[in-house]
Amino acid sequence: MIDLVTRSALELRDLVAAGEVSAVDVATAHLERIHATDERVGAFLRTLDDEALAHAADIDRRRAAGEDLGMLAGVPLAVKDLLCTRGVETTAGSRILADYRPPYDATAVIHAREADAVIIGKTNMDEFAMGSSCENSAFFPTRNPWDLGRVPGGSSGGSAAAVAAFQAPLALGTDTGGSIRQPASLCGLVGVKPTYGLVSRYGLIAFASSLDQIGPFARTVVDAAELLTVIARPDPRDSTSIPKPPPNLLAGLDDGADGLRVGVVAEFFGDGLEAGVRTRVTEAVERLAGLGADVVEVSLPHAPYGLPAYYLIAPSECSSNLARYDGVRYGLREEGATSAAMMAATRGAGFGTEVKRRLMIGTYALSAGYYDAYYAQAQRVRTLIARDFDAVFANCDVIVGPTAPTAAFPLGAKTDDPLAMYLNDIYSVPASLAGIPAMNLPVGLDDDGLPVGLQLMAPMLDEPVMLRVARALEAAVGFATTPRGPEALEAPAAA
Amino acid sequence: MTLSDDDVRHVARLARLDLSDEAVEQLRSQLADILAYAEQVGEVATADVPPMRHPFGLRNVMREDLAGESLPRDEAISAAPEAEDGRFRVPRIVEAEQ
Repeated sequence: MIDLVTRSALELRDLVAAGEVSAVDVATAHLERIHATDERVGAFLRTLDDEALAHAADIDRRRAAGEDLGMLAGVPLAVKDLLCTRGVETTAGSRILADYRPPYDATAVIHAREADAVIIGKTNMDEFAMGSSCENSAFFPTRNPWDLGRVPGGSSGGSAAAVAAFQAPLALGTDTGGSIRQPASLCGLVGVKPTYGLVSRYGLIAFASSLDQIGPFARTVVDAAELLTVIARPDPRDSTSIPKPPPNLLAGLDDGADGLRVGVVAEFFGDGLEAGVRTRVTEAVERLAGLGADVVEVSLPHAPYGLPAYYLIAPSECSSNLARYDGVRYGLREEGATSAAMMAATRGAGFGTEVKRRLMIGTYALSAGYYDAYYAQAQRVRTLIARDFDAVFANCDVIVGPTAPTAAFPLGAKTDDPLAMYLNDIYSVPASLAGIPAMNLPVGLDDDGLPVGLQLMAPMLDEPVMLRVARALEAAVGFATTPRGPEALEAPAAA
Repeated sequence: MTLSDDDVRHVARLARLDLSDEAVEQLRSQLADILAYAEQVGEVATADVPPMRHPFGLRNVMREDLAGESLPRDEAISAAPEAEDGRFRVPRIVEAEQ
């Protein structure tokens, strides 16, 4: 018996297409893995067993009838609970949406389902995507499959943990300032934040609209590229969706890194970078040189101002976006004598500590007398950061650095110190502010046996060159995405 | 940077957020710390720099203004905490006249 949960998405698709296993077998194996392990991991807020098995059975029926199948036919997919799923609870990890059932699907969910990916569940997350550890979920924390005493990162921590724990080969997450890349780094996965506008945000519950993007988690670069291909397309229902055909993400994947110029960001190797991360990332850069890439040091002089700017821009936008949770149209309602009292009571009871903190920062930054000094100044700094990237990309194909300053940290280590938690995103935020594509590639383990990730960044819509370099390095590094160690979740039997 | 309890309560009122006294106390120092950190953006000279409106200068892409399919009313209000006659029901908005 092949252990289906260890297979890549592409292997599963090919096995199903060839009739060697049924889509129902694939879905069943993954659901069993979830039910056997998720009490310890906590990746899923809910599984969709009946829906998944029904979709899988339909795929098997259509295959038997000789009908065309989608490009991810039979591949199980976990979906972050920030993406709307019609008729299925979508909570954003918040009490205020604990019972919310959206009347429509997110565009990315529709595309994934049309590609015959089998959605097996909705994953845990930091409330409204605000957090870097998955400890801000209103429901329960998610744990890192590599070490169950440590966090998986966040905010897409449930999606990352699900793929790392072999509960699903693919997952959708969202990234505003690092919420795909940082958990991918902490869980030893490939995670891609696409160019802003490449994937429709329709049906993505908004946090900071000028930054939010949906993207894939996978255990291989090719799998991530396949899922991104499925969801990347223009959408008339998102006015920030790029209105032209997406680049071909699969064509040149195996063309190697030879002859490409790779910039290493000097500012990403300063104080605060853990020694173990520095070592593995430096080795990965040396490997790129060994693959024929022309490696040069580059500078993003305004990058150190990225995180301060982000902590004005993102809270400002969230304070506006989250005004919609007013106890009127959906979600929780607490009693109040007037509408204003009802709204304040509802929001006071429904939002968690971190969300309240960000609403307060954003409301303050946008309030009378502060707009120019805070939000407008942050947006000017954002322009300078984007110009820094432009200048570097005039001479480089991709640029690299660490994804996160540390490997996975113990649960509770940073929950009492918001600024310490925010520093998780110090290297991921600049690409978010510039709107360019960026991704995490696992490049090794530190001395504690925890995954370390390399961040790759590319010019707008140049995902193909970014994925190509990642694919070349992935082959050279030979990272084995199998959690191990005394505190780790036991790995499934190999094939 | 310092904030008073009244500053915090004022911002909470603007944000329509009921906060306990404990939360006000905690937020007072945390917001001061976070804003002090964020104020580093003020160190950057930006006299001639325009604020970024969009990463690539893309304007909003609007469809033609034609009536199309939309959610049926019953579905649109199906998640409302209170609804009546196809409308959202809310508590009193305007204070009663004395």
